[in-house]
Order: sequence, then structure tokens, then C-alpha cells
Amino acid sequence: MKTICFYFQVHQPYRLRRYRFFDIGKNHNYFDDFANRSIMRKVAEKCYLPMNQLMLDLINEYGSKFKIAYSISGTALDQFEQYAPDVLESFRKLAKTGCVEFLAETHSHSLSSLKNYDEFERQVTKQTQKIETLIGYKPKTFRNTELIYSDQIGEMVANMGYKAMLTEGAKHILGWKSSNYLYANARNPKLKLLLKNFRLSDDIAFRFSNRDWSEWPLTTEKFVWWLNNIDPKEEIVNLFMDYETFGEHQWVETGIFDFMRALPERVFSDSNFEFLTPSETAEKHQPVALLHVPYPISWADEERDLTAWLGNELQDEAFNHLYSLSEKVEKVEDEALKRDWLYLQTSDHFYYMCTKWFSDGDVHKYFNPYDTPYDAFINFMNVLSDFSIRLKAKLMEQSYFSKNPHSGEDLEILIHLYKTKLLELVKIKEGAIQVEAKAESKQIITKKELKAKTTPKTQKKAKTNTKAKAAKETSKAKATHTKSEKSSPTAPKNSVTEKPNSKAKKIAETPQTPMPKKAPQQYL
Amino acid sequence: MRVLMFGWEFPPHITGGLGTACFGLTKGIAKQSVDIIFVVPKAYGDEDGSAIRLVAAENIDVTHTSTQLEEFWKHIQYLEISSNIVPYVDPEEFAKIIESSEFDTSESSSLSSRRKFKFSGKYGPSLMSEVTRYAITAATLASKNQFDVIHAHDWLTYPAGIAAKMVSGKPLVIHVHATEFDRSGENINQSVYEIERRGMEVADRIITVSHYTRNIVINRYGIPEDKVITVHNGVDFTNHQELDLNRGVPEKVVTFLGRVTFQKGPDYFVEAAHKVLKRNPNVRFVMAGSGDMLNRMIKRVAKLGIANKFHFTGFLKGSDVNQMFALSDVYVMPSVSEPFGISPLEAMRSNVPVIISKQSGVSEVLKYAIKVDFWDVDALADSISGLINYNALSNFFIKHGQDEVNNLKWDNAAKQVVDVYKSAIYN
Repeated sequence: MKTICFYFQVHQPYRLRRYRFFDIGKNHNYFDDFANRSIMRKVAEKCYLPMNQLMLDLINEYGSKFKIAYSISGTALDQFEQYAPDVLESFRKLAKTGCVEFLAETHSHSLSSLKNYDEFERQVTKQTQKIETLIGYKPKTFRNTELIYSDQIGEMVANMGYKAMLTEGAKHILGWKSSNYLYANARNPKLKLLLKNFRLSDDIAFRFSNRDWSEWPLTTEKFVWWLNNIDPKEEIVNLFMDYETFGEHQWVETGIFDFMRALPERVFSDSNFEFLTPSETAEKHQPVALLHVPYPISWADEERDLTAWLGNELQDEAFNHLYSLSEKVEKVEDEALKRDWLYLQTSDHFYYMCTKWFSDGDVHKYFNPYDTPYDAFINFMNVLSDFSIRLKAKLMEQSYFSKNPHSGEDLEILIHLYKTKLLELVKIKEGAIQVEAKAESKQIITKKELKAKTTPKTQKKAKTNTKAKAAKETSKAKATHTKSEKSSPTAPKNSVTEKPNSKAKKIAETPQTPMPKKAPQQYL
Repeated sequence: MRVLMFGWEFPPHITGGLGTACFGLTKGIAKQSVDIIFVVPKAYGDEDGSAIRLVAAENIDVTHTSTQLEEFWKHIQYLEISSNIVPYVDPEEFAKIIESSEFDTSESSSLSSRRKFKFSGKYGPSLMSEVTRYAITAATLASKNQFDVIHAHDWLTYPAGIAAKMVSGKPLVIHVHATEFDRSGENINQSVYEIERRGMEVADRIITVSHYTRNIVINRYGIPEDKVITVHNGVDFTNHQELDLNRGVPEKVVTFLGRVTFQKGPDYFVEAAHKVLKRNPNVRFVMAGSGDMLNRMIKRVAKLGIANKFHFTGFLKGSDVNQMFALSDVYVMPSVSEPFGISPLEAMRSNVPVIISKQSGVSEVLKYAIKVDFWDVDALADSISGLINYNALSNFFIKHGQDEVNNLKWDNAAKQVVDVYKSAIYN
């Protein structure tokens, strides 16, 4: 029996906000929270949630016969936690079916495999741990950012203990060979390679709704007929694509969901194919040859190379400067810095700087929040400048007690450091006072609003007594305020489990408890 | 004495330095007990009319006699070809104008029922026809008003000046703030050049904003020397605000602020930055502004591998400009060709030492500034390093530069302009 292997890429970058020269050294919030949240919610509604439900339905319908795989980047996982826990929950359900494999990749969806082995390994570990804790699955198969692969990268992945890896069935690598077999790494043949069948994959991912395409509309009959028409000796068809294909790149109106709903049935009834996950595919089949890939390949654009992310002056400059900081980042102990470091490595930032407008320009433009690659470059470099200032300052701070500053330059930096630190402390102090005052006034307002909403019958009464009540509530709020400060951080949890008759207390606590928590975080 | 003055814009509705210069000059002239009728294509109603009587050309009835003058204008009718010559507009806006003009090429030439012309007062695609209509209106104005001398600022108003002179017979003074060679390098627009040359020939006196520009007028336009007088611009800092910012970056900041076009020499700034950074990495360079060379500069900076120390801000508006000056330690103006150049004065006023090219008009009036040839990247790099490393030097420039710019008053310029009027009238 032949194998169909579906793998879907799930990824969202942390998009940068417009970060100006004037922000450098002053503002350390790099990310466009609004865009990240709204895009995540949009894609969740249009793609992740309905598609996960569809996959779950299909698995339930066909028992263990329908199988798929996902690779979810760490940045996407972080965003699910922040903005879309419902999506996370639906992935967990899929994991429980046992028919879904989750792949290992780099946490940042980064290009670190091309630059820094240690960083690469660290990021893979971070992502796999995250998949384990959030989804409940331990990844066994590896997929690199944008399916980037070379002999050397394959060897690194094999050394990390992975037995199989996914990459592109790039024409210039395969030549006369077919992607529809299992291959092995040229340096370490233990690592098996699954190659994307880019024609059939792209028929779904890119051409599905294209009315100028001679094969439009794509039906399951046609697709299965193509599957049946491949060389009888060939064993595997790897269908690798972005998960966002479904509902986001190809809208629901194109019928892409219906196509996927009908596909398994058609495959089972009309063909000699079965569905397997990547690790099952690698186990079942035998590699037919070693694959020699001296220069990295990827799944992007006509060239299937790295030029979407690296190669022009802007990309190379940004990339080299970013990784010139890696040694320093290793030494620093600071959560916020480490997190920003990860988010800045996401390949998308370099993609935005791409200047190849012609053959693949449309695809690039679609994903690009910047007007020009130059804007993207300037913005990224401004952020990187601030990041590197923070990094140096933090390292200086860390090393200050162990050694005395020698040069005048050292002293200058240190003085600057203390000045800013002092300013921050003053701000925190002022902020804390303001937060307290704000929290109190807010409590009164929210309480009033809530009362008006929940008890419309007693509204008249409430109106007449507002003054007296407000006074009472302030005193109450103050009481709870001091109480919650004293009590441990678990206080809000307790209040949630408490019965609703203690509503006043709950309302009083909820707006204010997260605030003091947040304030010190901002100044990390 | 009474002056009929033609301008193209007036604060606060300005797109370049021309409006600001006209405003400063007219305030100065008014103090010399000279009346000014200042004509602009379009008035918005919120201009500062304390020193002048502001007249909008669009409110003027074009009389029969002046329409007859169209005979005279026939030989420059070819100006109405929709050539996209748009001086003073920042390049981004220019690109937008070009784009939009593809859609509305033929909405110009609307003579309203009451025989008034409509003016946009902008530097739009129909600029040339506006220039012509402005001139026709000028003739009407000239026939209805009493005045002793006509004063026209830059080529857009030269035809108006000529028309006014033909109708009234009064002497014409034209004021050259920039020439086509400053705007376009050697690839000049021939129609603009012709207007400029004709204006200069018809004029009784020509005022240039610098000796540098005076030489261009004499050599490139073939104008007799004795007709051309240099009056350096002044500068008005009455609205200057001291900004006290805490700086985000620990390094010294070296700034280029202006249009990123060939004339401003941004490429020399980038090369100098590279040389400085090789010796001293503790400097940051900022290129503030936009223009057709911006993308090339960004690529070059990336190629040189200095993008972590070289920043781009894009086009800066009002308060951001002040903020930029407040953050700067050195200001560089490496212009290839600059009739005057007011921005170094603004930098000096904000206590920033400046390096300017010898090919700028402003270098003729400044003593407390470092002057280099725009092409001499090594000298530029040396000067930047000097100002960064030797505090004594920069403090010296800051201290004396402040006094120097405060003495560049429009009042002085106005006196000289009035002298030019007199020589034109009593010639």
C-alpha cells in the first residue's frame, strides 16, 4: 500500500510595531500587540478552530485510518497561550486521538540552523518541551524552519537523536529522481528524509482557488486520479503545506474545507493509498538513496533556496548583526531579554526585507506588513539597536560587582546605566502611587456599572443611594486592597472559587491585583 | 514706498523654505516703512498679515485689458504641457502627484463665471498653467494698484512680475532663492530654465541669496554682473523652543537632516560615517528625511555593515525636527549645491555644532562652522571625529555659533533689499 503523508505548518510571528529612532534606549516594547492579537484571533476563527474541528471529525469518522501531522512554532504556541487558548485546547483534543503527530522545530521559527548550532539546539529543545507541556506530545520527527535543509543541517538533526526529517523535494537537488520515495542524509544515513511533493501540495495550497489554472476547479476525483497516476513503483506522496491554507489563504468560500472533508473517503474508496504520519512513514518505508544537498534548500519560491530570507545586503546585514549578539545573550540572565532575543530571530522579519518582487512578489506582499523592504530593515535595525543597548547594559550590570570598570568608556556606560536606573526607579515609585489611586477610582466605577447591569430592578434604589454607597464601597475596597497585598499571590484564585455572594470583594480584587504585578515587569 | 510682491506660498501653508523666507523678509521690510502688497495664488485666511496686505490671486477679477495680454503670453503657451515639474515638494509627495495625475490630467483651465481664475497654490501637475494664469491675474492687479516697485520670488512668479512690469512700467526686482541647476543638477528642465532666464533678462535688479547663486546666475544664465546683488537670508527664531530630552542612546549622534536627493550629498555622509565608525564605533549616525536616493543609501549602509550604528528616520515633521536637533551632537550638511541652506542655522540655534559644504550659500555667512568640500569624504570624516572627540572644539562652536546665528537678522537683509529697490527706482 502506498502512503499519503499530510503535514501542516502552524506559525505566527511576533510582528514588530513601528519602532522609531527616537524610541531607541527609551522604549523596550518592540511588538505590535494589537496586530498580533487581532491577526491571531482572525486566523483562529477562520482557520485553526474550524479546521481542527474538521480534522477531529474526520479522525472520529474513519477511526485510526486518517492521520495527519502538525508542526507548531514556539512563537505560535506563545501566541495561543496569550490570545487563543481555545485553539490550544483543540490541538490537545487532536493529540489525544493518537492519529496526529506533532513535529519538532525551532522555537522562534528561526534560521539559526544556518548560523549557530548551540542556539539551534537550544531552540529545538525549548519548542519540543513546550509541545510536550501544552499539547501532551513528545515530538519524534524534525522539521526545520521553511523546510530548510542541507547535509550539514541533517547531520546536526541526526546528532540530536531524530530519526526522520522533512524537507522540500527541490527539483535542482533531485534531478531525474522522484520525491515519492524515502531518502537518507548523505553524512548520516540513519536520518531518513521525507520530501515534499511540491506539485500536488501546491495544487492544494496555492492553485486551489486560481480560476486561471487549467485544472480549476480541483475536485477530489481529479486529485485522487492524479494520485493513482503516479508511477506504480513510487511509494509515498508527501503533502506539506501551511495550515493557514485552509480558510486564510484559500477562503472558506473556495470550497477548500469541503475538499478536505471529502478527500479521505475518496482516497479510501478509489485508491490504493493509506494515510500515515511522518514517523510511521519513515518506519514503514526504506530509503532508496542518499540525498546530497551541499547548499541549503527550502520550500520557498521558484528557486527553493534561501533568497527569500537571506542574500540581499539588507537581510545579510540584519542577520549578521543579530547573531553577532548571540554570545552576549548566552551570558545574560534576564527573562525579557531572552524572550525578545527569541522573537527577533523569527524568519519572517528577514522575509519582509526581501527585494525579489517579480516572480514571487505577490506571495511576499500578501504576508508583509511593511510598505517596502527598506522600511522593514530600518524598523528591525532600530529594534536591534535598542536590544543591543539593553543587552550591554544588563551584562554591565551583571559584571559590575565582579570587576571594576577600567576605561573611560566603561565608566561612561556605567554612569548612563545608573542614571537610567534611577529614572526608572522614580517612575516605578510614581507609577505605583498612580496605580493605587487609579485602581481605587476604577473599582468604584466598575462596581457601579456592574451593579447597574446585574440588578436592573434595584436601579432606582441604587441611584438614590449612590453617594452613600460609593463612600461605603471605597472604604470596603481599601480594606480588601490592603488585605490582598498582604496575602500571597494565590489570593485572586481563591476569590474566584469563592461563592458569588462575595461579589463585592471579587470585583474589588480583579482589576487591581494584576496591576502591581505588571508594573515591575515593565521595567525589567 | 510701496511694493507689489509676488510669492507662491506664505506661512503657515508652506511646503519648503520659500514661504518662510518671504515671511521673514516682508516682516523686516515693513519695519523700513515700506508698504507691501503680497500676492499669493491662494490664501487660506489664517496667514499672518501684520506686516503686509495679503492678496489672493484667485479673488481678483481678470479684466478685459489683461486678457488681451494673452497675446503676449502666446509664445509661452507651450508651458501648459503637463510636464511634471514640481520643485520644493518632497519626493514622496512627488511620487504621489505623478500617480494621481494619471487619473486627472485635464481638470485644469477652469475660468469661473465671474472671470476669476481658480488656484490650488500647490505644486501640482498643472503647475505650469497655474503659473501662466497667475501672471494674467498679476497684470490686472498691476493695473489697479499704486506701487513703486515689483518684487517676484523664484521662477513661479517671474511671469507675474514680467506681466506687472509690462502693464505698469514700474521696475522689476526678482529674487533668486534657487535656480534650476540647484534643483535638478545638470539635467535641467528646459521650460523652467527659459522662464528663469527671461525673468532675469527683463528684471531691473536681481537679488540672489548667496554669492554662490550669484555666480550661477551670471555664468549659467549670462546675466551682466552689475545687475545681480547678493542679499544673504536671515533667520527668525522667535518661535524657537528649547527642548530638554533625556537621550536614549549613550553614543554621540551625528545627524544629516534634509531631502535625501543628489543635491544634498547624502552619499558623502554615508561614506564619511563608514570612515568614522572604523576608527570609533561609539558614534551613531542618523539620516533624517526622505527622497529618491533613500533606498540606495539604506542598501549602501547595509553593504558597509554599519546599519547597527546608522539609522534612518524617514521624513520628519515639525516637532520631530526639533527633537532630532536636540538629540544631535554634530550636524552635517554635505550639499553638492545649496543656494543658501537654512537648516545648519537651526542646528546651531539648538546648540549643535555644524559641518557644512563649501558649495553652500550659508557657508558665506558662517564663521563658526566647519567647512569642507562636499566630495572630500576624508575631510568630512576628520571633522566629525574632531567634533566628537574634542569637547573644547565643539564647545567653542556651540558658544560662538549661538551668537552668530542670532545676528543673522532679517532686518539687515531687509535694509539691503530696500536699497536694491531704491537703486532700481532711481536708476
